[in-house]
Amino acid sequence: MYEHDVIVVGAGGAGLRAAIAAHEEGADVAIVSKLHPVRSHTGAAEGGINAALREADSWEDHAYDTMKGSDYLADAPAAETLCKDSPKETIKLEHWGMAFSRDEDGRVSQRPFGGLSFPRTTYAGAETGHQLLHTMYEQLVKRGIKVYDEWHVTRLAVSDEERPEDRTCHGIVAYDVQTGNIEGFRARNGVILATGGLGQVYDHTTNAVSNTGDGVAMAYRAGVPIEDMEFIQFHPTTLPSTGVLISEGVRGEGGILYNEDGERFMFEYGYANNAGELASRDVVSRAELTEVNAGRGIEDEYVHLDMRHLGEERILDRLENILHLAEDFEGVDGLVEPMPVKPGQHYAMGGIETDENGETCVTGLYAAGECACASVHGGNRLGGNALPELIVFGKRAGHHAAGKDMEDARITTGKVGDYEEAEIDSPVQLGEVGLGEDVAADGGATAAASGSELVQQAVDEERETVEALLEKDDGIQHAEIRERVQKSMTRNVNVFREEEGLKQALGDIREARELYLDVFVADKSRTFNTDLLQTLETRNILDIAEAITLGALARNEFRGAHWRKEYQERRDEEWLKHTLLSWNDGNPELWYKPVILEGENKTYEPKVRSY
Amino acid sequence: MSTQVPEPVEEESSAESVSPGKQKRDQKKRERAQRIQEQREAEAAERARSDDDTYHLKVFRYDPEVPEKQEPRFDDFYVPYKQGMTVLDALMWARDHYDSSLTFRHSCRQAICGSDALFVNGSQRLGCKSQLSDLSEPVRIEPLPHADVVKDLVVDMEHFYDQMEAVEPYFQTNSLPDGELDEQRQTRENREKVKMSTRCIWCSACMSSCNIAAGDNEYLGPAAINKAYRFAMDEREGEDMKQRRLEILEQEHGVWRCQTQFSCTEVCPKDIPLTEHIQELKREAIKNNLKFW
Ligand SMILES: Cc1cc2nc3c(=O)[nH]c(=O)nc-3n(C[C@H](O)[C@H](O)[C@H](O)COP(=O)(O)OP(=O)(O)OC[C@H]3O[C@@H](n4cnc5c(N)ncnc54)[C@H](O)[C@@H]3O)c2cc1C
Ligand code: SF4
Ligand code: FES
Repeated sequence: MYEHDVIVVGAGGAGLRAAIAAHEEGADVAIVSKLHPVRSHTGAAEGGINAALREADSWEDHAYDTMKGSDYLADAPAAETLCKDSPKETIKLEHWGMAFSRDEDGRVSQRPFGGLSFPRTTYAGAETGHQLLHTMYEQLVKRGIKVYDEWHVTRLAVSDEERPEDRTCHGIVAYDVQTGNIEGFRARNGVILATGGLGQVYDHTTNAVSNTGDGVAMAYRAGVPIEDMEFIQFHPTTLPSTGVLISEGVRGEGGILYNEDGERFMFEYGYANNAGELASRDVVSRAELTEVNAGRGIEDEYVHLDMRHLGEERILDRLENILHLAEDFEGVDGLVEPMPVKPGQHYAMGGIETDENGETCVTGLYAAGECACASVHGGNRLGGNALPELIVFGKRAGHHAAGKDMEDARITTGKVGDYEEAEIDSPVQLGEVGLGEDVAADGGATAAASGSELVQQAVDEERETVEALLEKDDGIQHAEIRERVQKSMTRNVNVFREEEGLKQALGDIREARELYLDVFVADKSRTFNTDLLQTLETRNILDIAEAITLGALARNEFRGAHWRKEYQERRDEEWLKHTLLSWNDGNPELWYKPVILEGENKTYEPKVRSY
Repeated sequence: MSTQVPEPVEEESSAESVSPGKQKRDQKKRERAQRIQEQREAEAAERARSDDDTYHLKVFRYDPEVPEKQEPRFDDFYVPYKQGMTVLDALMWARDHYDSSLTFRHSCRQAICGSDALFVNGSQRLGCKSQLSDLSEPVRIEPLPHADVVKDLVVDMEHFYDQMEAVEPYFQTNSLPDGELDEQRQTRENREKVKMSTRCIWCSACMSSCNIAAGDNEYLGPAAINKAYRFAMDEREGEDMKQRRLEILEQEHGVWRCQTQFSCTEVCPKDIPLTEHIQELKREAIKNNLKFW
């Protein structure tokens, strides 16, 4: 068994920042990551980091934009923390040597982004995430922080008190990809989950293949509530064949969207008469699909994004990476022709419920980055607001876990105080179907004992699970199950949602669960067994797909990225509240807690969201 | 379709303590699983047949643990072609439809995570960035040369990482501004100068293509030298630091080992002018009057 003060799971922007922060506080910290740090998906981020750096700008304006962008489902204390801390965290990256693009006077460059009232997106060409990830990894190397790379975390070691609020996280169980060994990692102070996105729940996504929502699913099964899962961001400009992202920077720099008839539809059909292409992502995604559904799409599938008029020099200076992507993945030369684009899954606004210090309701368990929901993005994330989230909340979680005194959080976590139980009207039985008796499953909790004993117990259970999977010599392969869920989610729980489709998806997920009882791993090798790991990931995909769909079915209103055919308006009287889902021994419980709209100096009154 | 790895024969598990009900359920499950698997294979075969455009892959296989795979070999896969399909797409298709034990690293699918550098038709490339249509058949896919193979297409990256870390790969400066909101100014020209060098995704293609690195295990190699270039040329780092960096680069297994064969520059998927950077550092070293090896 390995032992450290703080264990960070995941080595993307959030995990690296958390580890550096814990180290700053003097903790013995280690990172456990299924990918080597520089392979993390943060490297794919293109557009930039929002930070109010200029005199004419202010964190208050940034917070206002963020609350409005969230369609009033973000919690003001979290959004304000993000906007207040982002400038100094962004400049910290600069001090660490990050290669930002520069203005004539040598300052870091900023550009306009959708939904922002000031051009405050700080960037490094169209490869901001790559520069950020590598800069932060360099700092990790400098500090000699221990990384267990290619170790796949499969389970949390959490004690089993009745109420999640009384539980403690003592460590994790991880699978060494190279050797097949399963080992325990005891965390004396805390575990920070920074496992990133969950795009693989869908079959058309900008996310990496490794983004299977492991952290969210593990925390959920250990009893931690997961929040606002129905809010999935679809990015309006992804390449149709692969889902590879064409940065919002293209529209920020002046790129124009056209339909098949060559009309600039954002204005022509009144989708966003002021902001046009720069309206927020949910608005543009719906506009594009409406065009396609109205028969004005190209090949009935996509629209065109044109940047030719920006001129070669500007494109090469600020969007060079986009030229490569369009060329390599779609065979289109962005300098001479428009690029085909359509909406694709991009970001999960929801995730593990945390407060603004990164802590969950389980003692010693933290989450930061895309897997967490603090909640800063509410119903819709503004472009350029995720990277600041990584550094701001990554740092806070790291500090907190390492024992630094933090200001009390204003956001409460867990089923305490003001919450409301919900009725679930589900067409199928939800959650566990005997998983655990046959194959992989974890109720999360294990019997209370000393910290190390508890971790050891979790290790033993995990070894058994994996043994059982490897012993089974026939059945269904994970790829089949995964594909079914991905297809159903893309068909039924996409940009446009209807009751019937959502119910269909729940049925499909249920069926996939039953198939999963029979899953088997053909590869029996202990060495680098990706067949086994993907089988374990598929389990996470099932739980997450269900959470997204269930939340979406229950929320009968239209807010941010969540559009319902039957309810095409925002219903503030009833729905200014967060959806939470708790996994109580395999039986998902849906409940709600109010949104906090009171900020430090003002209350963000919900207004009609127009761009 | 494919040359399958023979499955290890497993003992039937003993059924003594299992109730008849459970036996029946299990039997049903097995039948369903088999039906689904057969359907899937039939569909795959159908697609491979009906599509004129089927790509023939020859993929390297090796697993130190599975007896049947200890002797390295090539497996054939026939993958139905779709417009825009990359080598990575084809490998994934083969894995998901024919042989789930086929092993390779991959993640981003967009040439940024650097995990799927492979040896394709005799040269180092990223699988995700290589269009099948640009390659002649059969497409031969092997692990990167000059690295230990862990399994199938996965190689051991430790040595590469060690070399990267040997050059103090982090920014060091003595002149940080006082204010936590004050930037270190950098001219656009200087940023432009280091720009290409910052694009490295640690894929190791360059290292694998380099004859010198193959012969001298201690040679820092193109990627690590490029990493050092990224800092040495950054005006924010200051002169004394540059001196120190040149000393590291100028040691016995540093820049002077490079024989300007350009193979690294040729294969780099990020178009980094590696050989040029190495040459420039050699010139800097001379200017600084440092020793030759
Ligand atoms: C294409 C693209 C472009 C984007 N552009 C922007 C942008 O311009 N601006 C912006 O603000 N945001 C952008 N975003 C969003 C932002 O990049 C992501 O939300 C963010 O990078 C996520 O970072 P993270 O640290 O939370 O996770 P990741 O970077 O995804 O890292 C997750 C880490 O967790 C590890 N991990 C996962 N599961 C396990 C497990 N079971 N065991 C061990 N380790 C595990 C992985 O190995 C990885 O190291 C973009 C996103 C995408 C996909
Ligand atoms: S320099 Fe180029 S080839 Fe070498 S590791 Fe970096 S990206 Fe790969
Ligand atoms: S899969 Fe990331 S570089 Fe190819």
